[in-house]
Amino acid sequence: MANNVAIVGIGQTKHNTQREDLSMPGLVREAAKRALEDAQMTWADIDAIVIGKAPDTFEGLMMPELFLADALGAPGKPILRVHTAGSVGGSTAIVAANLVKAGVHERVLTVAFEKQSESNAMWALAMKIPFAPPLVAGAGGYFAPYVRAYIERHHVPGDIGIRVAVKDTNNGLLNPYAHKQMKVTYEDVRDSMMLWDPIRFLESCPSSDGACAMVLTSESHAESGQARPAWIHGMSWRSEPTMLARQDKVNPVAGQECAKDVYAQAGITDPRKEIDCAEVYVPFSWFEPKWLENLFFAPEGEGWKLTEEGATALDGDIPWNMSGGVICTNPIGASGMLRFAEAAMQVRGQAGEHQVDGASTALGHAYGGGSQFFAMWVVRDSKP
Amino acid sequence: MSEGATEDLVTGIVVPVSIQYDYTAGEAASRFLAHIPEKRLVGQRHGDTGLVYVPPRGSDPADGEPTEQDVELGDKGIITTFCVVNVPFAGQAVECPYVCAQVLLDGADIPFQALIQEADVEAIHAGMRIEAVWVDDDDLAPTLESIRYFRPTGEPDADPASYKDHM
Repeated sequence: MANNVAIVGIGQTKHNTQREDLSMPGLVREAAKRALEDAQMTWADIDAIVIGKAPDTFEGLMMPELFLADALGAPGKPILRVHTAGSVGGSTAIVAANLVKAGVHERVLTVAFEKQSESNAMWALAMKIPFAPPLVAGAGGYFAPYVRAYIERHHVPGDIGIRVAVKDTNNGLLNPYAHKQMKVTYEDVRDSMMLWDPIRFLESCPSSDGACAMVLTSESHAESGQARPAWIHGMSWRSEPTMLARQDKVNPVAGQECAKDVYAQAGITDPRKEIDCAEVYVPFSWFEPKWLENLFFAPEGEGWKLTEEGATALDGDIPWNMSGGVICTNPIGASGMLRFAEAAMQVRGQAGEHQVDGASTALGHAYGGGSQFFAMWVVRDSKP
Repeated sequence: MSEGATEDLVTGIVVPVSIQYDYTAGEAASRFLAHIPEKRLVGQRHGDTGLVYVPPRGSDPADGEPTEQDVELGDKGIITTFCVVNVPFAGQAVECPYVCAQVLLDGADIPFQALIQEADVEAIHAGMRIEAVWVDDDDLAPTLESIRYFRPTGEPDADPASYKDHM
C-alpha cells in the first residue's frame, strides 16, 4: 500500500541573468535553506536528497550530485541525480516523491537548478551532430517549425503568442522571485525582434541562474511546515523517441498519455472545470495553446480560444502560469520544479500577489528535450 | 563577512573547455553514409510496418525492430514545416536570415532538418517541392554536409493531407 506524500517546504532563489554573488553550491543552498525554513526543519531532519539539472554542457559541470553533496548536507545520506532534459525539475520531484510514497524515506529534500550564466545554453543546444550540417539554432530554432505547423494546421490567429507573452510577462511582476520584471504591452511584444519566425524575442524565455527546492514527507511529518501541506494526488511521467516516423510533434502522444494518467490518479475527468489553476512549461508563448490541447483543457485545435477569451489570465476561469512561468524565469534544470512548486504554493495559500483565491487543486507540468519527456503532478489542499 | 564584501568576491574566471571525440557511426548509418558520395540517399525500411527512415538509425524506435531493407529515395521531396532563423549564435555556419526546414524526401516517412536556399524567404511555404543541391564532385564525402542545401523545383505543391502525419 503506497503512502500519501505531502509537500511541507518550498524554497527558491531570486532568479536572474547572472547570480554573480553565488557560486553553484551557494545557489542550490539558498533554495534548499528556504525550503527547510518553510518546512521548519534542519539539515539533520532530512533522510535523502534528490537533485536534478539539465544537460551538463549548460555549465560544463559533470556529476552535480558529487560536486554539490556537501552544500546540501548530504554526507552520510543517500543523494541521487536525475536527468530528463528540460523536464528534469518535474522528474526530480517525482523521484523524490516516489521515495516517500514507497516508504523508503520519510523526509526527502529535492533540489533542481541551473546556473546558465556559467556557459551558453544556446551554444549547448546548437552542437554539431556528426555527419549532418550545423543548422540547429538552439531550442527556439528546434521548436519554431512545430509552432508554425500548429498555427497553419488549425488556422490560428497570428497574435495568440503575443497575448500569452503579455499575460505571462505581466504576471511576473507579481512574483518577486521572477527573473524578468518588466511591464509589457501588446505592441511591445508585437514589435520585438522576430528571432525564429514565427517566434519573437518577447515571446521567448530568458536564460537564468536559479534554483528551486522542496521538502517532501510522509503523512507523519505532514504538519511540520509553516503553511498547510500540499498533497500529491497524482504524478506521472512519459517519454517518446525524438526521431519517430509519423510522430505528431505538434500534439505529442507522450504528453497526452502523461496527462491522462495523472488525471485518472487524481479522479479528474474535466481538467478545465476541476483544476483551479495550472503552472505549465511554456518556454515560448505559443506553447500555451498547444499544451491547452495536449493536456485536454480544450479540444484539439481550440486551445487558442481559451487564451484569446482570457480564460488563462489570473482572473480567468482557469489561470495558467500565475508566477509568470518560464517566459519570465528559465534556469532550465529548475524550470520544471518551479512549475511543480508553484502548483503546491497555490494550494498551500503561499503564492502572495499571484495567489488564485481559494485554489485547492493545481497542476504542475514540465516537458523537455524535443518534446519527448513529460512530467506532471496534481496537488490538493486535502489528503487523498 | 562584512556588509559590501560582495564587491571583493571572485565572481568568475573563464575556463575554456574543448572536447575532441571519435564517433562511431554504426552499421546502419554507415550503409546510408557510404552511398552519399554517389549522390544517392538510401533510406531503410521496417519489414513489418513498411515505414522508411532517413537518415536511418538502424531500428524503428516504435518497436525496436531493425530497418533492414535499403530503399532508394532520390534527392527530391517537400517542406513539411520550417522556421526563419534571424538570431546569430556561436558556431553558426550560415548567414541570417536563413530558412531551416523539415524536409520529407519522396518515399520517406520521417523528415529531417535542412537548409533552404535559392528562394525568397517570404515565398517559402509548407508543401513546397524541393531538391538537393550537392557540393562539387571533388568535395563529396560520406556526410549529409555533401548536400549544400535544398532549393525549390517549381513543381506544384504537395497536398497538405499527404504530409500532415510527417511533421
